[in-house]
Amino acid sequence: MASLSARIVIRATNRELEIPTGLFIDNQFVPSVDSASEPIQAVNPSTEEPICSVVAGSAKDIDIAVAAARKAFNTTWGKNVTGFERSKLLNKLADLMERDQDILAEVESLNNGKPVKIARDFDIGDSIQCLRYYAGWADKITGQTIEVDNKTKLAFTKHDPIGVCGQIIPWNYPINMWAWKVGPALACGCTVVMKPSELTPLTALMLSKLIAEAGFPPGVVNTIPSLGSVGGAALSAHMDVDKVAFTGSTVTGRKIMEAAAKSNLKKVSLELGGKSPQIVFESADLDQAANWACLGILYNTGQDCTAGSRLYVQDTIYDKFISLLVSKAKELVIGDGFDEKSGGGPVVSKTQFDKVWRYIESGSTQGAKLALGGQKRPGKGFFVDPTIFTDINANMDIVRDEIFGPVLSVGRFKTEEEAISLANDTSYGLGAGLHSNDANQCMRVSSALEAGTVWVNQYNLLNNNVPFGGKKQSGIGRELGSYALEEYTSVKAVHWNFGEKLDWPL
Amino acid sequence: MPSVFTHEFNTPAFKGKVSFSTGLFINGQFVDGSDNTTIDVINPTNGKVVTSVSEATPKDVDIAVEAAQKAFDTVWGLNAPGATRSTLMGKLATLMQENADELAALEALDNGKTFNFARNADIAGSIDCIRYYAGWADKVTGQVLETTEAKLTYTRHEPIGVVGQIIPWNFPLLMMSWKLGPALACGNTIVLKPSEFTPLTAIKMCHLMNEAGFPPGVINVLTGYGGTTGHAISSHMKIEKVAFTGSTLVGRKIMESAAKSNLKNVTLELGGKSPNIIFDDADLEQAVNWAAFGIFYNHGQTCCAGSRIFVQEGIYDEFLKRFTEKTRSIKVGDPFAPETFQGPQVSEIQFNRIMSYIESGKQAGAKVEVGGERQGTEGYFIQPTVFTNVDPSMKIVQEEIFGPVGVVIKFKDEDDVIKQANDTVYGLAAAVFTQNLNRAINTAHRLKAGTAWVNCVNSLNANVPFGGFKQSGIGRELGEYALHNYTSVKAVHVNLGHKM
Repeated sequence: MASLSARIVIRATNRELEIPTGLFIDNQFVPSVDSASEPIQAVNPSTEEPICSVVAGSAKDIDIAVAAARKAFNTTWGKNVTGFERSKLLNKLADLMERDQDILAEVESLNNGKPVKIARDFDIGDSIQCLRYYAGWADKITGQTIEVDNKTKLAFTKHDPIGVCGQIIPWNYPINMWAWKVGPALACGCTVVMKPSELTPLTALMLSKLIAEAGFPPGVVNTIPSLGSVGGAALSAHMDVDKVAFTGSTVTGRKIMEAAAKSNLKKVSLELGGKSPQIVFESADLDQAANWACLGILYNTGQDCTAGSRLYVQDTIYDKFISLLVSKAKELVIGDGFDEKSGGGPVVSKTQFDKVWRYIESGSTQGAKLALGGQKRPGKGFFVDPTIFTDINANMDIVRDEIFGPVLSVGRFKTEEEAISLANDTSYGLGAGLHSNDANQCMRVSSALEAGTVWVNQYNLLNNNVPFGGKKQSGIGRELGSYALEEYTSVKAVHWNFGEKLDWPL
Repeated sequence: MPSVFTHEFNTPAFKGKVSFSTGLFINGQFVDGSDNTTIDVINPTNGKVVTSVSEATPKDVDIAVEAAQKAFDTVWGLNAPGATRSTLMGKLATLMQENADELAALEALDNGKTFNFARNADIAGSIDCIRYYAGWADKVTGQVLETTEAKLTYTRHEPIGVVGQIIPWNFPLLMMSWKLGPALACGNTIVLKPSEFTPLTAIKMCHLMNEAGFPPGVINVLTGYGGTTGHAISSHMKIEKVAFTGSTLVGRKIMESAAKSNLKNVTLELGGKSPNIIFDDADLEQAVNWAAFGIFYNHGQTCCAGSRIFVQEGIYDEFLKRFTEKTRSIKVGDPFAPETFQGPQVSEIQFNRIMSYIESGKQAGAKVEVGGERQGTEGYFIQPTVFTNVDPSMKIVQEEIFGPVGVVIKFKDEDDVIKQANDTVYGLAAAVFTQNLNRAINTAHRLKAGTAWVNCVNSLNANVPFGGFKQSGIGRELGEYALHNYTSVKAVHVNLGHKM
C-alpha cells in the first residue's frame, strides 16, 4: 500500500514538511477503495515540476465519504450538537489555521503559484477571519414565533441544518474558497464532503488535518481530492447528498445543476464565472481609478471570478486614462511566488496557460489593438504578463468570454446610458465597478448595473460579513454574510395546536 | 498608589496565590480615588476584612467619562470595525478561561457563593456570554428600506457612545459580562460601577482587559457607593445611556436621575417575586428538586428566584413533605468545601434584612416548616427556610426577600393560581410544572413575566433574552435583543432626484 503522506521540500524557505496525501474520511487519511484509481499529481506552476501526488477518489470513495457524513449528521453533528459547541470548534479551527499560517502560505504558493506574502496575509488572513465570523453565527441561528391565533395555536419555525453537503471548490483561492464553504456549513450544523480542485489539493488536505486536531467529530468534514468528472459528478448525482455548493466555471455549474435535478432534486448553490465591467466616468479620480482597474484585472493574475476584465472609459478622459493605466499595469512583476519581487504569480496550469494565450491570439486576430503585452515568455513556468486590448467591439471573443487571466479589454463611451448598456451587455452578472465623483451618478449607475456586487470607487475588495454572489448566469445563491446561512438551512414550520378541537364530519 | 491585593488560597477546592492592584481602572491605569478613600472588602463567612479597594467619587466619574469619550471618538466606536471588536472580545474570553479558577476563587471569597457554583455557573457563564457577544460584534446591521426610486433610504445601527453600567453583588462577574458583552460588541465605551460589596472579580477583569489589548478608556471600572458613584453616573450629562441591575427601589432613583439630567436611555433589570406553579400532574420528584433549586440557588439571592411556590391541592401534602425534607438536606457551610450547596449571605445588611423578613413572617402568623433561624454564630449564614399558612397580605408574600426563604401556597385550579401568580407588581419570571403540554403552553402564555419556564426554573442561556414585565424592569438582556439597548438608530435619506 502506498504511503499516505509525502515529504515536500521548499527550497526557497528551507522548509521540509510532511503533508497527508490520503483521502480524508472519518478523521482518518485512507487510500482509495478503488485500486484502479490513478493518483493526482500536484504541480508547481512556477517551475512546472511535480510536487507530490495524492490519492484520487473514485465514485465509490465518494459513497463511503457520504455515508460517513450521514452517520455523523445523525449522531454527533446536526441536531445532536449545540450552536455553542459548533462555535467553539470553529474558533479552535481558526486558531489552528493562525498557528500554521506560514506553512500553509508556502504550500499554497507552491501549488497555486500566488506570492507567499499574499497567500499569507490575504488568502489565509481572510480565511481565518471568515471562520471566526461564522463561529460567531453558529449559536445565533434563530427561527421565529409567529402570531396566528393566540387561543389555539403556537406557530414557529425551526432553522434546521440541511444535512450532508457536497462542496466543490476551485483552484484560484484554494484555502479561501475552503473557508467560505466550510464556515457557514458547519456553523449551521451540516456535515461536509469536500472535493477540492484536482489542481490544488494539498492545502485542503492540510486543513483536514486541522479539522481532526480541532476536535470535530469523525465524519463531520470529509475531503476527497478527485477529478471533477469523477468526484464532482458523483457528489452532484448522489441520492444521499442533500445539497451541493459549487464554485467554478459556468459550464460545469450547468452540469452540476442538471445532475442535481436528475437525481434527488438536491439544493444547489452556484458561484460561477463573470465578465465584470468597470466604468470610469470623467469626474473620477483618474489615478485612483487606474489603480483599481489594475487591481481588478491583475490581482491573482486575473484568475478571479470577479476580475474586472472589461473596462469602459468616458471619451473625454480616454487618452489620459489609457496612458495612466498602461504605465501602471507595466509595474506589476509576474514571477515565482517565492520571489520577494513578485506581485503576481503564474497561471495555475498548462491548460489555463494555453487557454489564455488562445484568447490573446484571438484578440489580435479579431481586430483588437494591443496596448500592452502579447509576448510569450520563454522558459519554464506558466507566466503570462499583463495584457491590454483596446479598440474592442461587443462581438469579439475577448469581450464576451471569461478568459481567467491577466487580459483586459478596454472600450470607450460617451454617455452614462451607453456605459450602462455596454456594461450590462453580458450573460454574466457577478461584479461591476464604477468610478465617479458625482454622487447622484454613483447612485444611479450602481442601481442600474446588473451585478451581485457593485463597487463604487473601488474594486475587488470583499468583507466576510457582506454577501457575495451572482446575478444572471453568474450564479445562484449568496455566500458570505448572514446570507450564506440560508444556503445551509432548511426551514420547518411547526403548527402546534393546543386549543382547537376538530369536528368530524366537517 | 492603590494597594495591591495579595491572597493565598489554601482550600479543598482551590489552592493558589493571587496578587493585583485594587485601584480604580481609568484609561487603562489603576489609580487612587480622588479623595484617597477606600472601601473594605468583607469575607461573609466570618465578617472579617479581606482587603480594601479604592473608592470612586463623582469627580472620578467625570474623569472616567472624559477618558471614555476620548476613546469613543478616536480608537473605539466605529473607528474600530466590528471584526476588531470581535477579536479583542474573543481574546478576553480566552484569558478569562485561562484564569477561570482564580476568578472563581475570588468570587467565592468575595460573595460567599460556593467555589463549585462560581466556577461552573458564574465564571463558565461569563466566558460563554463574552464569546457569544464577540460573535455579534461584526454582525450589527441596519436595513435598506424601499421608499421611492428617487431616494436611497437606509438605517445605521450606531453605537450610543459612553454608557454607564451599574451592577449588583449577587452574580458579580456574570452581571459584568452581561453588561460588557453587548455594549462592547456594538462599539460603546463604558463606565462601570461594580457593587461596593463585591468588587474583586471586576477589578481582576480590568487586568485581563489590559492584557487582551483593549485600548485605554474603552472600559473604565469604578468601585463606589450607589448613593455617590452610582448617582453620579445616572445623572451625568455626558453619559447617554445607563443600564442598571439591582433592586426596584434603586431602579426608580436611576430612572428619575436620568429624567432630571439629560434624558439618557435607561434599561433596568430589577427585582422579582416569581411564582413557581406546580400542578397535580407534575412529575413530583422533579418538581420538588426544581422548586428547591428555584428558591435556594445562590442562597436565594437571585432576581428570578421562584420564591412563591404554588402547589395544587391534590399533591400539596406529599409535595410539602418531600420539599421540607429536601430543604433540610441542603448543606450550608464553607464555600470552599466541596459538599457545600449554600454559603453565607453576601453582607451583614442583607443578613439583617432577611432575618427581619423571617421575623415578620413569624409575627404575621405564618408557619415555619423548616429553618427560620441563623445558621451558626459566625458570618452571615441563614438556614434554608420554608413558610406555609401564609396569606397574600403578608410582607413575606408580597416583597422580595432575596434570601433562602420560600413560601408555599396551596391552590385549587388553573384560573385561581394564574390570578394569584400575577397578583404582584413584579413580572420577572415564572415557572409551571405539569405533564400536560397544552396546559403548560397556555399557562406560560398567560403568566405576566419576561421569562416563563416550563418544567424547569432558573435556567438561562446567553442567546435567550431575559428581562422583566411591570416593575421588574425595562428592556431585555441576553440574546440578540440586548443589542437594541446599545445601538442608536439613524435613518439616512439620500435624495437622488426629487427637485423642490
